[in-house]
Amino acid sequence: MSCEPGLSRRDFMCAVASCAVAACTDVTHTSFFRDRLRELSTADIAAIVADLEREYRERFGKEVTVGTEEAMDGVEFAYALDLSRCVGCRRCEYACIEENNQSRDPEVHWIRVLEMDKDKGIDFAHATPYYDAEEVPRPGHFYVPVACQQCRNPPCVKTCPVGATWQEPDGITVIDYDWCIGCRCCMSACPYGARHYNWSEPEIPKDEVNTDTHILGNRPRPRGVVEKCTFCIHRTREGLYPACVEVCPTGSRKFGNLLDPSGEIRYVLENKRVFVLKAELNTRPRFYYFYGV
Amino acid sequence: MPTMPISGSARTWGTVVVFLLAHLASACAESHAEPHSPHPDDDVLRYVPDATAANDLHLPPPPFTEGAFPCSDCHDPELPVRTRRRELKWAHKEIELTHDEEHRWCLDCHDAENRDVLHLANGTPVAFEESHLLCGQCHGDKHRDWRAGVHGRRTGSWNGEKSYLLCVHCHDAHSPAFEAIRPEPPPPRPRRTP
Ligand code: HEC
Ligand code: HEC
Ligand code: HEC
Ligand code: HEC
Repeated sequence: MSCEPGLSRRDFMCAVASCAVAACTDVTHTSFFRDRLRELSTADIAAIVADLEREYRERFGKEVTVGTEEAMDGVEFAYALDLSRCVGCRRCEYACIEENNQSRDPEVHWIRVLEMDKDKGIDFAHATPYYDAEEVPRPGHFYVPVACQQCRNPPCVKTCPVGATWQEPDGITVIDYDWCIGCRCCMSACPYGARHYNWSEPEIPKDEVNTDTHILGNRPRPRGVVEKCTFCIHRTREGLYPACVEVCPTGSRKFGNLLDPSGEIRYVLENKRVFVLKAELNTRPRFYYFYGV
Repeated sequence: MPTMPISGSARTWGTVVVFLLAHLASACAESHAEPHSPHPDDDVLRYVPDATAANDLHLPPPPFTEGAFPCSDCHDPELPVRTRRRELKWAHKEIELTHDEEHRWCLDCHDAENRDVLHLANGTPVAFEESHLLCGQCHGDKHRDWRAGVHGRRTGSWNGEKSYLLCVHCHDAHSPAFEAIRPEPPPPRPRRTP
């Protein structure tokens, strides 16, 4: 772990906290006797998958598949969101919950749509995700949906005291839910508020559980771990668009391979006015915002 | 002698000004002489829709109201064609034209002879299944973005087969401003402070 000024104190605190927590965490046998996911052999992973699938079958009364698709060669995922089209309807927020098995009670929302004032411009201090209205867009406002920005320089990964979160070769930052100790250092390190913690047992109705899952993505999570957007890893590693792209009624959400010169992401970068959130922090997001006008 | 260069340059400037004025005047004359251009964007006039490219777009069927198509059910040779702008009394009263309506009338888009198709400004017929070609004639910039997957929405596979939506799935051709919609409920406020 690099020892960056400013982060070092927090790193230290996290390390201390993690020792304390690790000592008393109630871990399931799947996690206790194994190594980190990314260091395991294929056979070990297959055993864990079988274990998880059995656990989910018992819990939800149906077959849940836990995929282990790896990153594709020559692919670096990126996202682009058109702020001149988004109307703040939150369809993406709820499609994400259903697709990614987020807890319904207590509610966990990986996507937050922030309402901002046209007069103030991009200004997080005056933004709210709690706006309510008969109709959107509300006059004088614009909307900035925020989820994990899939940073190239992710402070969350740097700060994790146990190495439970890392960047994959296709750019997706993932979490090993069985390795996570729930210390939440990553949450305070994330400048986008994109990481969420399961305070109590996540509840997903049996008939609503998405049975198509990935081990590093939308598989049902235990209590006491951190989770976040993975660009719908279970879909995108199979060539599909993320659920939020598919559902957006305004077509504001764009996704693709940054390395494909003919893809929509490159078209946006080459033809539109583009920016990233909190660029001054040098997190270097793979999530771009643009004006499509 | 010192006056010479001054008068010389004055003459030069005079010529330049006259030249510029003449140029401006002719530019104005030109732009006035042109037929009413549908859109200020210069590209638009040069834009030729790429009809052959349309086949691989996997477009969904046009979103007609039930029973509206085929139009020729009513618009048979018996029904007179009236090209005059007027308030419609006998049919289509629900259509409110708020789409550059001062410069536009139904038959700029709909074909008078064959009501089951649309047509471009040059008369080329366009099927309703490909109405984006009509829109692209005046909104060339949007059409290019749409083709690249950046305006509008593409679904399916980011590295494979994709389906598009027609412009008219999101914009009513007759009053195209995107309609306001009801938002989903806000997220709950946090119960505990972490
Ligand atoms: C800017 C071009 C344009 C103009 C101007 C226009 N239309 Fe249309 N109209 C369309 C297009 C494109 C569609 C196809 C919509 C679809 O695919 O469902 C359409 C659809 C229709 C329909 C079928 C509607 C339905 O309920 O499914 C009728 C009827 C119609 N137009 C009549 C008119 C009349 C009458 C006028 C003049 C008052 C007019 N249009 C002006 C482009 C135009
Ligand atoms: C139920 C019968 C009916 C159907 C179906 C119908 N029309 Fe018409 N349409 C009429 C009548 C009647 C008028 C004349 C209205 C008037 O003059 O007040 C008319 C007028 C129009 C006009 C105005 C120009 C003109 O010729 O008078 C357009 C454009 C038009 N129709 C387009 C369409 C299109 C496009 C469709 C199919 C999507 C369609 N109509 C389907 C009955 C129909
Ligand atoms: C003959 C030229 C022409 C055609 C064809 C045409 N438009 Fe337009 N459109 C215009 C002009 C000019 C404006 C700007 C005037 C205005 O705002 O009313 C406009 C405005 C719009 C707007 C912005 C409306 C707003 O209030 O924000 C949309 C969206 C739009 N058109 C969509 C379409 C679609 C979809 C089609 C195809 C069904 C289409 N247009 C076909 C000329 C055209
Ligand atoms: C998935 C829905 C969707 C589709 C499909 C779509 N648009 Fe739009 N379009 C929008 C939205 C949302 C806006 C922003 C509207 C607003 O700000 O009120 C917009 C805005 C526009 C505008 C207004 C100018 C601007 O830049 O804001 C034009 C013109 C336009 N669209 C033309 C088209 C044309 C032409 C097509 C087809 C080639 C098309 N649109 C397809 C959703 C769509």
